[in-house]
Amino acid sequence: MKIKAKLNGDKVQVKLLAKHPMHTGRTKDPVTNELIPANFIKTLTCHVDNNKVFQGNFGTGVSKDPFLKFTLINRKAGDILKFEWVDLKGATEVKEVTL
Amino acid sequence: MIRRNFLKNISAGALILLTPFSLMAGWIEGAFTTTDMKEALNLVGASDLEESDLITLKTPEIAENGAIVPVTVSTDLPNVTSISLFVEKNPTPLTSQFDITKDMLPSISLRIRMGATSQVMAVVISDGKAYKTTKEVKVTIGGCGG
Amino acid sequence: MKSINRVLLCVFIMVSFNVFSQNTAADDRELIRDYFSNKFPTIALSEYINGSYIFDAKAKEQWMEIEEFPPYEFDIDQGKVLFDTPFANGKYYADCFENKGIGVKHNYPKWSESQKTVITLELAINQCRENNGEKPLKYGLGDMAMISAYMAFTSRGEIIDIEEPKGDSYASYLLGKKYYFSRRGQLNMACVTCHLAASNLKLRYETPGPVLGQVTNWPVYRSKWEKIGTIHHRIRECNSQVRAKQLEYQSETYRNLEYFLTYISNGLPINGPGSRK
Repeated sequence: MKIKAKLNGDKVQVKLLAKHPMHTGRTKDPVTNELIPANFIKTLTCHVDNNKVFQGNFGTGVSKDPFLKFTLINRKAGDILKFEWVDLKGATEVKEVTL
Repeated sequence: MIRRNFLKNISAGALILLTPFSLMAGWIEGAFTTTDMKEALNLVGASDLEESDLITLKTPEIAENGAIVPVTVSTDLPNVTSISLFVEKNPTPLTSQFDITKDMLPSISLRIRMGATSQVMAVVISDGKAYKTTKEVKVTIGGCGG
Repeated sequence: MKSINRVLLCVFIMVSFNVFSQNTAADDRELIRDYFSNKFPTIALSEYINGSYIFDAKAKEQWMEIEEFPPYEFDIDQGKVLFDTPFANGKYYADCFENKGIGVKHNYPKWSESQKTVITLELAINQCRENNGEKPLKYGLGDMAMISAYMAFTSRGEIIDIEEPKGDSYASYLLGKKYYFSRRGQLNMACVTCHLAASNLKLRYETPGPVLGQVTNWPVYRSKWEKIGTIHHRIRECNSQVRAKQLEYQSETYRNLEYFLTYISNGLPINGPGSRK
């Protein structure tokens, strides 16, 4: 995950790029000619302390290497934003950004 | 003992039915796997939809490439708890659903996949009611050199 | 300019190119720049690094949204990891290039007097590997494209500065130019057909894009590929799109073609890697 987060007053514009193939289950592996089973990011959350401030829930209609842009409010310098995604297989990635 | 548990289960069930959608947030498997748009709408709590001009849905008129279509949804509706994005002609119409917390603005940009020219619908749940706006996005199949 | 004058200018340029002998490479470059600046007087030459997006405002808007946080950022990161990984013998890619390989892309392709051939950046990467006892990487996609992406990224803003082809190098340049102007394939089209005469027009729904500046943004993350690919990968794709025979990556013909394409873009800055549809 790559995250760009800029604090402006109490607002944070977050831009995020997650690395994930987001397999729909409808494409074929060019080598084996078999369908690649569906596996995509289900949820992507952002917590500050233990408070959930963002949750995105996804299906196969989200592009490969998901991009998100949104604005958090009520934030201050020193806050630690904890981003986490979970996919269908249960794989996860966590990344923290300190404002 | 069995009777007590039975009553407990009944009241728990009733509680779930009475709980506003916002507290039931999370990844709703059925909504993301159904091929039926109406069913997907129901599952995200948007069975009763009203058109709203307070939702801004920014999409390209003609997508450069259906694999990566940049979209932005924002709204001036009050007390938003959910934003969802549907592509009517996609195999599974619900692309994404966002639980909007009090710690964020009701606005989201993302990139979606579109298999063909289709209506794209943004659904916003505000004060427990569901509102929508729709835009058509054209998807071309590569022309010469495409 | 009246449309008849435009047609005459186009014909003149195409005929003068077909004569092949008189023009120096510098003349060719001047002719191409004049052609585009006369045809599109409101578009600055520096804009040509953005390809067909200079002709299509709505497409450009979408492209800029992607460029806000482009998928190739992962490829640049991985490219850097690969570039910084030592070979088994303890040497690095940095040892094969000027300035440790940082900010050098604007000098490629270059003519090698000792090898009597055109050396592209990707060829140089593999020659570096082989000279250090490593197996060559596959061209076109994958690790090779990622290393190229990282090296392009470190060269962003550097002005393309290829030494003018003269003597032996001119012969290779001329072969590249000849390939560019020759019709091929079942569709019987030449590169020039789309990318000079029709660069701003629609071919069904596609806008071909101008030859001027066409090399600056490589390698490219094509939405169609959903991965990063090199310029030869695209040239091969173009060949198949006019139903012509695809040549091997880094074939002498493709290297000569890349030499021609790059020299005529001398003076424009590198802006790779890039996102394209």
